Amino acid sequence: MLKRTSKRPRASRHPLTANSGRITEHPILSFERGRELTFYFEGRPLKGYEGETIAAALVANGVRLFRYSEKLHRPRGFFCAVGKCSSCLMVVDGQPNTMVCMEPLREGVRVERQKGRGRLP
Amino acid sequence: MKTVDIAVVGGGPAGLSAATTAARLGAQVTLIDDNPRLGGQLIKQTHKFFGSKSHYCGTRGIDIATILERELRATAAEVLLETTVVGHYQPRTLGLASRDRFSRLSYRCLIVASGAAENTILFENNDLPGVYGAGAVQTLMNVHGVRPGNRVLMVGSGNIGLIVSYQLIQAGIAVAAVVEALPKIGGYHVHAAKLARLGVPILTSHTIRAAIGRDSVAGAIICRVGRNLRPLPRTDRRLNCDTICLAVGLTPLSELLWQAGCRMFWVPELGGHVAWHDEMMQTSIPGIYVAGDVSGIEEASTAMLEGRIAGAAAAQALLGPNPDAAGIIAEAKAELAAIRQGPFGEKAAKGKKLLAQLGA
Repeated sequence: MLKRTSKRPRASRHPLTANSGRITEHPILSFERGRELTFYFEGRPLKGYEGETIAAALVANGVRLFRYSEKLHRPRGFFCAVGKCSSCLMVVDGQPNTMVCMEPLREGVRVERQKGRGRLP
Repeated sequence: MKTVDIAVVGGGPAGLSAATTAARLGAQVTLIDDNPRLGGQLIKQTHKFFGSKSHYCGTRGIDIATILERELRATAAEVLLETTVVGHYQPRTLGLASRDRFSRLSYRCLIVASGAAENTILFENNDLPGVYGAGAVQTLMNVHGVRPGNRVLMVGSGNIGLIVSYQLIQAGIAVAAVVEALPKIGGYHVHAAKLARLGVPILTSHTIRAAIGRDSVAGAIICRVGRNLRPLPRTDRRLNCDTICLAVGLTPLSELLWQAGCRMFWVPELGGHVAWHDEMMQTSIPGIYVAGDVSGIEEASTAMLEGRIAGAAAAQALLGPNPDAAGIIAEAKAELAAIRQGPFGEKAAKGKKLLAQLGA
């Protein structure tokens, strides 16, 4: 029997950290990361790098849950990472429906999980 | 409103080749792309290209992106980055949106090289965080150097599924298994053999039934499928993974062509709805051309060749017949035909033939 996920999951108190991390050694690629930046996820300061997207910085910090769907409040993350699927809409500096897979990370940017359609500032 | 000779939508292999070719032939070109850098999906492709006669074989995708960008930057073409073409209006006008600005651009010829979007498939909890498209996994690990997870289930054994599985292992991430609904592996044998040597099980006649997890993927249920591709009863088993990667095909991003009023046809071999086009890549609307995945899902090498044809054809349409353009077109057509004769070019060849017949 398959266990169904709850339709109304509680917001997790502990952001997922088990899957976090950056690739440090690679046989082909060397990653030239930009300046280290501080940004805020749900009010909590996190580190990221200039030149990456908000989505990449969140995943690197172990955050996969980006928003809750409008009707069934299902947890959603990103899916396509190329600005096409709209699965990654978050509230960025108060602006809802920001595609974080395309949005460059900036110093001090405030990122929040979006619930449903979000509210315009 | 500004008017350009040729507007090119998309800065991937098709768009870059089209823009460079047209600009070299003397046309005034503006290329528009929504990303901060050029190259399209090439910038995440760390594997070496091979097979075709195209002179980029043996070169990694990321390096091809650099070469194509350098070629374009050496021309007088204008490049608009971080700008999305959000609409097509009459007559011959594009709507452009960038961070804080909306503008319009009028064109004499349009080359749509907008590419494709990743498909998903139906299974329980397929919207759970941790279910990613194969392109997204490549972006995370190859562009940003970020681990998408620790243990991945790959769905689909086409070349993308096989190559991305290998890239995951290169990045130090475990691949639990590759599942493939069909009874045989979809991609090249060399890619599958690499995975097999590394001990990754490639499970043919298997599919995913469900993702498990509350806030994020914590496992998957896979099962065997029968010849009709339906799940077989009592074959469910649980697989431990924290990421599910879908490599189940692509769909052409054809919205602009619909808006422009091009004749569209549903061709499954080409990945979905595509604009009818002739051998010069011109659609049913004179002056509107297509190139690359938006004209039918294929590969980067064919996208570059189609781009060259579209660029040369559009330049000729504007500036009159030109022996250089005719030479480029003839050469690219011959290379395309050679690629499509191969065993992995058959599907696209069949689709393109079908499309030509549908439009007749």
